[in-house]
Amino acid sequence: MLRFIARRLLLMVPVLFGLSVLLFAWVRALPGDPARALLGERASDAGVARVNEVYGFDRPVLEQYGVYVGALLRGDLGTSIQTGRPVTTSFLEYFPATLELALAALLFAVVLGVPLGYLAARHRGGLVDSVVVSGSLLGVVTPVFFLAILLKLVFASWLGWLPSGLRQDPRLDATHVTNFYVLDGMLTGEWDAAWDALVHLVLPGIALGTIPLAIIVRITRASVAEVLDEDHVRTARAKGLAAGTISRRHVLRNALLPVMTTIGLQAGLLLSGAVLTETVFSFNGIGSYLFGAITDRDYPVLQGFILFIALIYCLINLLVDVLHGVVDPRVRVS
Amino acid sequence: MSLPVPSATGADPIAVGPVAPEEAGVSLGRATWRRLRRTPTAWVGAVIIGLFVLVALAAPLLTPYEPASTRWAAEVSTTNVPGPSAEHWLGLDRYGADMATQLLYGARTSLLYGVVSTLIGLLAGTALGALAGGAGAVGGRVGAWVDATIMRVVDVMLAVPSLLLAVSIAAVLGKSGTAIVVAIGAAQVPVFARLLRSSMLAQAGADYVLAANALGLRRSRIVMSHLLPNSVGPTIVQATLNLATAIIEVAALSYLGLGTPEVASAEWGRMLVAAQERFDEAPRLALLPGIAIAVTALGFTLLGEALREALDPRSRR
Repeated sequence: MLRFIARRLLLMVPVLFGLSVLLFAWVRALPGDPARALLGERASDAGVARVNEVYGFDRPVLEQYGVYVGALLRGDLGTSIQTGRPVTTSFLEYFPATLELALAALLFAVVLGVPLGYLAARHRGGLVDSVVVSGSLLGVVTPVFFLAILLKLVFASWLGWLPSGLRQDPRLDATHVTNFYVLDGMLTGEWDAAWDALVHLVLPGIALGTIPLAIIVRITRASVAEVLDEDHVRTARAKGLAAGTISRRHVLRNALLPVMTTIGLQAGLLLSGAVLTETVFSFNGIGSYLFGAITDRDYPVLQGFILFIALIYCLINLLVDVLHGVVDPRVRVS
Repeated sequence: MSLPVPSATGADPIAVGPVAPEEAGVSLGRATWRRLRRTPTAWVGAVIIGLFVLVALAAPLLTPYEPASTRWAAEVSTTNVPGPSAEHWLGLDRYGADMATQLLYGARTSLLYGVVSTLIGLLAGTALGALAGGAGAVGGRVGAWVDATIMRVVDVMLAVPSLLLAVSIAAVLGKSGTAIVVAIGAAQVPVFARLLRSSMLAQAGADYVLAANALGLRRSRIVMSHLLPNSVGPTIVQATLNLATAIIEVAALSYLGLGTPEVASAEWGRMLVAAQERFDEAPRLALLPGIAIAVTALGFTLLGEALREALDPRSRR
């Protein structure tokens, strides 16, 4: 198992290396002088010279790349042009918010999606199946931002049941240790703050979780339907095993492999898909920060974020493969 | 409606997958078409797409007004956005443009951006995929190396989530429709490349490829007239499904403000931004464009999935 993980980690190196080259080239491929591109049209000559010095644009390209990678390896993702703050610092501030949101969305999608998909497969062709399948189709074709706006209108503006935005009521003046607001509330014993943060997660979580939910439902349904038709399930039934045992040990265990792959894939997509949801709900996460960086053309920030998100994406894929190995011993051998 | 399916190009009538008795001796293209015709969801999808294309093309004939014209801005106040009337069937929007006109021309924008971006992804992706798959399938040791190199590049592209890739491209190209189209097209390249490559490699060991090799056909000929036509089916399905996501992503990127800077432009995603501010009093401003996006995406999804099942009946569940 350890060898398997080590090999997979090693395979990530060329991908991340390639990505770092691409991102490095990206900023240098911007039209015109990179310093001017970074500072904008009306930059002063002194400003341009300063940027050239700080970023080392006046040195040979290979040397620049060496410096860039060296900094990366030390965990230094660069400095924001707009705020002058290290990208890593901003990252640690905003990433917990997005992670919290993505986890809420994933929880919603998995807890609802796997049982619904299983139910639909068990009653294939019946009413439950039709409803679940049409529902999931609707979930796939509805744009996230449209759904988010609708949820906000109905449950926040009209019904007033849930907050319409932000991560927490600022009036609570809660203490923040880790920037995971729910966790912070629990750590400091401010239970009302934790509850408030949790309530703020409901609408954005549902909005972001709907597409993964629809996809997980469809994959679970297809996968369970396939396993149900297999000989070993018929054998288990013929042996007279209890229905519950067959479901758990013979059907679900085999059917969950493709579902896990899908969940892993969706988890990666959630992190980037959060941009839209965060914008609608003024949820102060990476999405909104990244969006601000795009508007301001803050390239070091964009560069750092893309690299970081890609790294997380790769790690999630690795985690999925490892879990595969845990569930299905055959995977470990190949 | 004719379907661009593999055997229509006149190559090998070797069917993919098991052949039902009544389909014996029928080409893959004809069998697919026959199955597709019997699928109701395919018809629903086709009708939606047909209407959408019709509206997009005939927009100037369907409305007497110009798109993105804020002629009636004076009638819109901070408390009132005029609703449906005889002159404006769906009322005005927040900027004083005719809502129906904006929606009709919005279909035009969505169709154009969606189709062009998917074409970019399809062409670049299939070129890369065909090169990698062809080289990997019949190119020997050098081919395997070419294949591996291309696929590593594709892996790198795939490691960047598509919306983020689109956003970074739009950030470089500046805010415009072109940026959106290029961005969404580029994000689709790895998907098509991987798909075509894997279906070509799956065909590499097939008897007809061995036969063509034994006959001494040139390798480029084997790839172009034998491997490619027999592998292109899943790619066509993917392209149909991608049109749905492309239309949603076009709207998403313009919603994020990466499209044309003009606020009143006739674009469904853009219309949603403006609608949000006046949501409580005039929900139709957001509902109409939102539903338009979802229904159009539904049309392409239904047809794409019906096409997938028709092409490969085993995938039906």
